[in-house]
Amino acid sequence: MTDQAMDRAMAEEKSAKPKGPLIYRQSIFTRVTHWVWAIAMFFLLLSGLQIWNAHPALYIGQQSGFEFDNAILRIGAENTDAGPRGFTTVFGQKFDTTGVLGMSDLRGNPNFIGFPAWSTIPSFRDLGTGRVVHFFFAWMLVGALAVWLVAGLLNRHIWRDIILKPRDLRDLPKDIVDHITFRFHHGRSYTPLQKVAYFGVFVVLFPLIILTGLTMSPGINAAWPWLLDLFGGRQTARTIHFVAMLLLVGFFVVHIIMVVLAGPINELRSMITGYYRTSPGTEPDENKKDRTNG
Amino acid sequence: MGKLIQLNRRRLLGLGAASAGSMLLAGCDTFDFLGQRAHPVRDFLERANSLTYAAQRALVGDQALAREFAESEIRQGQRPNGSTDPRTNIPEYKQLADTQFANYKLKIIGLVETPKEYTLAELQNMPSRTQITRHDCVEGWSCIAKWTGVPLGRLLDEAKVKPQAKFVMYHCYDVYGGGLSAPEPYYETHDLIDAFHPQTICAYGLNGEQLPVANGAPVRVRNERALGYKQPKYVHTIELVDGFSTVGLGQGGYWEDHGYDWYGGI
Repeated sequence: MTDQAMDRAMAEEKSAKPKGPLIYRQSIFTRVTHWVWAIAMFFLLLSGLQIWNAHPALYIGQQSGFEFDNAILRIGAENTDAGPRGFTTVFGQKFDTTGVLGMSDLRGNPNFIGFPAWSTIPSFRDLGTGRVVHFFFAWMLVGALAVWLVAGLLNRHIWRDIILKPRDLRDLPKDIVDHITFRFHHGRSYTPLQKVAYFGVFVVLFPLIILTGLTMSPGINAAWPWLLDLFGGRQTARTIHFVAMLLLVGFFVVHIIMVVLAGPINELRSMITGYYRTSPGTEPDENKKDRTNG
Repeated sequence: MGKLIQLNRRRLLGLGAASAGSMLLAGCDTFDFLGQRAHPVRDFLERANSLTYAAQRALVGDQALAREFAESEIRQGQRPNGSTDPRTNIPEYKQLADTQFANYKLKIIGLVETPKEYTLAELQNMPSRTQITRHDCVEGWSCIAKWTGVPLGRLLDEAKVKPQAKFVMYHCYDVYGGGLSAPEPYYETHDLIDAFHPQTICAYGLNGEQLPVANGAPVRVRNERALGYKQPKYVHTIELVDGFSTVGLGQGGYWEDHGYDWYGGI
């Protein structure tokens, strides 16, 4: 877009919609930890799939059944009359997943692997490297969470934006309707649905994925054996770790869709500079670094 | 002025989003360099493993025990993996196995006051420990089995470990590679905390039977607070050392030389 075109677009935007004040919405702690997590989650997911490919099955219980069956998910390849195919078995239901799971294409050759090469770090089979990457970024995730927790408690971000309060529950139905009809309110604090989403990530999924990860550590098992009882065994913990990963991927997809729908420039700006263009009618706060005119 | 900054910011945001998108689309060949063992970025990422080791040593009591299970949890045989039959390529081992390990000796050497040798019968006549524990392979699977053996700490006490010793190195009969690459004997190392841990045993029994060849006969060392590759099979020599940089590729074990972390506690 040329500068002129952009000016025109902005002018139209200005005339079409009245603007609310530009408020200082995201503290430096929220912004930095957000991007640290964005990077860490990317590497954790792709190295995690690499690690998972070393044994592409999930079980319920303390151990993995080789002479009995306690698997709930299995990905693999089998020879059929039509040649080798990739299969995924979930709760006993078998699906042909050739091309994606169990057997995929690698530069024109069949690759017999759980998750395909394009979804793993490294792209080739290398459990050792996957583990190096995974544990490095696991520390980054946990470190950022510790910083966020302390800062968020002190600056009340957690109380204001994450913890669901009775009022949020009361306003939840209306917020759902607003989201369905694409009426987004850009206020100072998060809407009830936003709070539900972030509550789910910070209070449920992050602790769950970290604790189930630790439950897989034989060293941590010795220190905190109660983790094994809490999650019902190491293999169940591994399964929950995987499901929590799927839910976080689901969150990521919804998160990106919402950023695009709610105005990507404004949303990205708030997560980079901290400043957020609110809906008209939002009162700027004299005590904060808000700007009445942006 | 304000407008100019805003426009630049807009472009900057667009650029950032575009580059993030292209990183995703490029697929993960982009990060294949992390597989290179000596790459400086990988070296940096590997520091997290030292952090994990330090954190677990601080958090996990030196004597804290791995979970032990009930007999009813033994629901299958111990799944063998890695080397499962050195008789096929190690003549010395085949001779020992063919005579039920009657001529086998477990040697304790290196930084000790009195080097020791034990026959299998001598080991079996010493006070033993039996534990039903979960074996966790680095691949992700687990298997519960009953292991019987002599606590390693007892053997180390008899040999009297010298103060300068820092690690216990296990030398094994089994060999990886060969053919086109030079054969590499399996070896492993533990720190002295793991070596003296009450559940660290030189196991000669599995599920109430003699330890089978597939699982490491005649002696496999169990380190119940670590992954499977830290449980060396077919052990013939236990050497007390003050470092391991001169052995193998210097990483402290066969699998460590091939990219796994040394501690192996997670």
